[in-house]
Amino acid sequence: MIDSDIPIISSKILREKIQENSIRIVDVRRDQEYQQGHITNAVNLPLAKLLNDDSPESIQKIAQDLGISNETPVVIYDDTFGALSSRVVWALQYIGHKDVKLLDVTFSQWKDLGYEISTEVPEIEPATHSVKINPEIMATAEYLEKVKENKNVVIIDNRERLNYLEQHIPGAINIPYRTLATDGKILRTKEGMKTLLKNRGIPEDAEIITYCGSVGTLSGLAYYALKSIGIPNVKLYVHSFKEWKNLEKPIDKQENANYWDLSAE
Amino acid sequence: MAQQLRPSKPADKQPKIDWSRRQEAENFAETVKLFRQGKIDPDMFRRFRLQHGAYGTRMTDDYAMVRIKVPAGQIYPYQLEKIAQLSEMYSIGSAHFSTRENIQLHWVILEDVSEIMQSLSDVGMTSREACGNTVRNVMCSPLSGVCKDEIFDATPYAMAIAKFMLRNPICQGLPRKFKFNFTCCEKCGMIRIVDVGLVPQIQEIDGEKRKGFKIFLGGGLGNRSFVGHQLEDFTPVEDLLYTSMAVIRIFDRMGDRKNLARNRMRYLVNDLGWEKFQNLVLKERAVVKATQSVIVKLNIDDSINEIQRPISVSDESASVPDGFARWEKTNVIKQSQSGFNSAFIGLEAGDITANQLRSVAEIIRDYSAEGFARNGFSQNIVIRYVHDDDLKSMYSRLIENGLAKTGSLTMASAVGCSGTTSCNLALTNSHRLAKEVQRKFLELNLDEDDDLKDSTIKISGCPNSCGQHQIATIGFYGGGGRHGTDMFPNYTMSLGGKFDEDSMLGHHTARVPVKRVIPVILKIIELFKENKQPDDTLSKWIDRVVKGNESSKITGVEDIKKEIAPLIVPPKVEDEPDFYMDFGSDTNYHTVTGKGECAA
Repeated sequence: MIDSDIPIISSKILREKIQENSIRIVDVRRDQEYQQGHITNAVNLPLAKLLNDDSPESIQKIAQDLGISNETPVVIYDDTFGALSSRVVWALQYIGHKDVKLLDVTFSQWKDLGYEISTEVPEIEPATHSVKINPEIMATAEYLEKVKENKNVVIIDNRERLNYLEQHIPGAINIPYRTLATDGKILRTKEGMKTLLKNRGIPEDAEIITYCGSVGTLSGLAYYALKSIGIPNVKLYVHSFKEWKNLEKPIDKQENANYWDLSAE
Repeated sequence: MAQQLRPSKPADKQPKIDWSRRQEAENFAETVKLFRQGKIDPDMFRRFRLQHGAYGTRMTDDYAMVRIKVPAGQIYPYQLEKIAQLSEMYSIGSAHFSTRENIQLHWVILEDVSEIMQSLSDVGMTSREACGNTVRNVMCSPLSGVCKDEIFDATPYAMAIAKFMLRNPICQGLPRKFKFNFTCCEKCGMIRIVDVGLVPQIQEIDGEKRKGFKIFLGGGLGNRSFVGHQLEDFTPVEDLLYTSMAVIRIFDRMGDRKNLARNRMRYLVNDLGWEKFQNLVLKERAVVKATQSVIVKLNIDDSINEIQRPISVSDESASVPDGFARWEKTNVIKQSQSGFNSAFIGLEAGDITANQLRSVAEIIRDYSAEGFARNGFSQNIVIRYVHDDDLKSMYSRLIENGLAKTGSLTMASAVGCSGTTSCNLALTNSHRLAKEVQRKFLELNLDEDDDLKDSTIKISGCPNSCGQHQIATIGFYGGGGRHGTDMFPNYTMSLGGKFDEDSMLGHHTARVPVKRVIPVILKIIELFKENKQPDDTLSKWIDRVVKGNESSKITGVEDIKKEIAPLIVPPKVEDEPDFYMDFGSDTNYHTVTGKGECAA
């Protein structure tokens, strides 16, 4: 089913392929939400389960339990603007799975389209999956610190603006995750994404590292927003700002302004 | 998610005017790029940026504030939804309603401004000429068309002037910014504090009733404030455009382009003297009329807005929600149209979250028979044409969405400019102070006190006047104070300002440290209560005090000064460290400012 290197699948195409039953569709919402209705044939993997232990061995086991072999085409969706599903797609790619795609709509948007949902839970036949780490899509704190001064490296913080103003990794620029969506889809149009980068002066051949608050979900979405337009060199700093702070790495902030007092939250 | 399907409702009302011009967004993006590459002179770029409604941000060149113009304050549900989305994408997840009926998005990355402009075009809005030396947003009273005291609805005229001036070549390089305010009646006012202020009048000429305006010129608030002068007894609507053009031409020709601190038109009026300026305007108007090669006319669209009560969503059997009486008393005005009301939505210092904006949009659709809302004069939103029978149900909806703050029409809803939250010129966090004052007033139920109803509190973070402190009953502007070697935020308090037909600037009374502002306000209220006449209001009482006409224990401003003196003595740092910190800050106060752009 792979028709390009871009790991994103449109809802229309998925809908056509649902009945083939050769695709493993994974719903990463909570169990209770899944039980109330999900995309037909989808199985459930609550994100918390993966985050609990995201070592390659654990991800391997999760994949096998979901019946995902090295060759199984996989599609992942959520109902949290694509951030949770992005994180799972990324985890599978990290252990070397080659045919995993992010659904371009959320579950709510899928329903709004009037597409099929079901409460039936499919039988799962466990499978065997190997681990072949894909190191070039991951950034660690050490790596980030080493390359952050490099001219062709762009670090993108995907948290909300106020959080970014208050503290961020020195040199990072801010693209809040809300900027990445468009009406009815989890990602911008390709043209819109290209314009955003062009306006910001981010070259498409840059090495781009994305991060967010703690577990790489919002920045996972940004990772795939960049992948959606074919940016070759993107890395996810998966443990993100929480780890950076715990490691007491340097932090920048916007000084001398009380921007929080402008918020009506 | 925001894009869920909704039960079908009648289609949104569409605005009559599309203010946008799509290609401006792309042009802006290109120009930002050239500026970043050093190919455009920074001063030229700044003028360009301001012309397009992007204002500078405190202590940084990376961010801008985008000021979205809302002519006559008229705003539609889908426009609010778009602004909600833009605030989450490019700003801080909240938007800000200004004192001039604009909606502002703060802390926007300069490189993203063009995307906002693009999206605004999708909903017919613009930020063009919202800043810089241009004709700024044309204001109109939020009650125009529904006010019981108005002679006719000024809205179509405000719209026509806004349309005529927007992108008009003569308005692209004025000596300084230029403001028009239209109002409904003199009581609602705000017409003597701007370059051109207009209030509807009708005069019988040769037995025929003719529409026209009373026009005030040369008012303005700022480091030096002036109250506007009335041009002539009556200006017929046919002369509205000619008069406006004449005034702008004179200002363009004779205004001070050198001295940045004195280039608003009010200084020209003051320097020439009113009579001379008045004569110039009248002569210029005659010239404008006589020399036009084609007849230039305002395009007045006074077609009647359709008033159609949305299908009632009110549950007749529902019980009266808690707090309804207080909210109705302090936030609702009966319209001249029987059975209909205008409800004010109070925001803390004009701030509103993206989700609240979406709720307001839905509430307008469900309750307003005119299908749109009006931005108010005091950082608020007014939903009009709400039927008597729907008020309770609408109040419940407002509560659910955190939008039912009481006291919108009272002294409790303090105005505060953006201050150190985003402005380069600010010395203090006036924005937060206004919120603190409002919270205290509501906590003490002072919004329900009829004696305080017609008074106002307005706060600016520097001697300029975005917070309009000079026209407040109790006004404050921020500065720095010093006790020994320690600095603290210190506000200059003025008393007795008014913006109605007897517009008057407040009387400087005392310097009040920030952490004493609330106690001092409460002390003044206490003095008033002790010394008031039976039918007094605070504003009437203060008016007598500042004019020296009060005969009680407090005979003038000096007595107030004496009474509050003990409250404003700075304590030692070690006794009260908090005294030396501004609101929203946990470090000792020091003044930091950047270059202002008002004068750019």
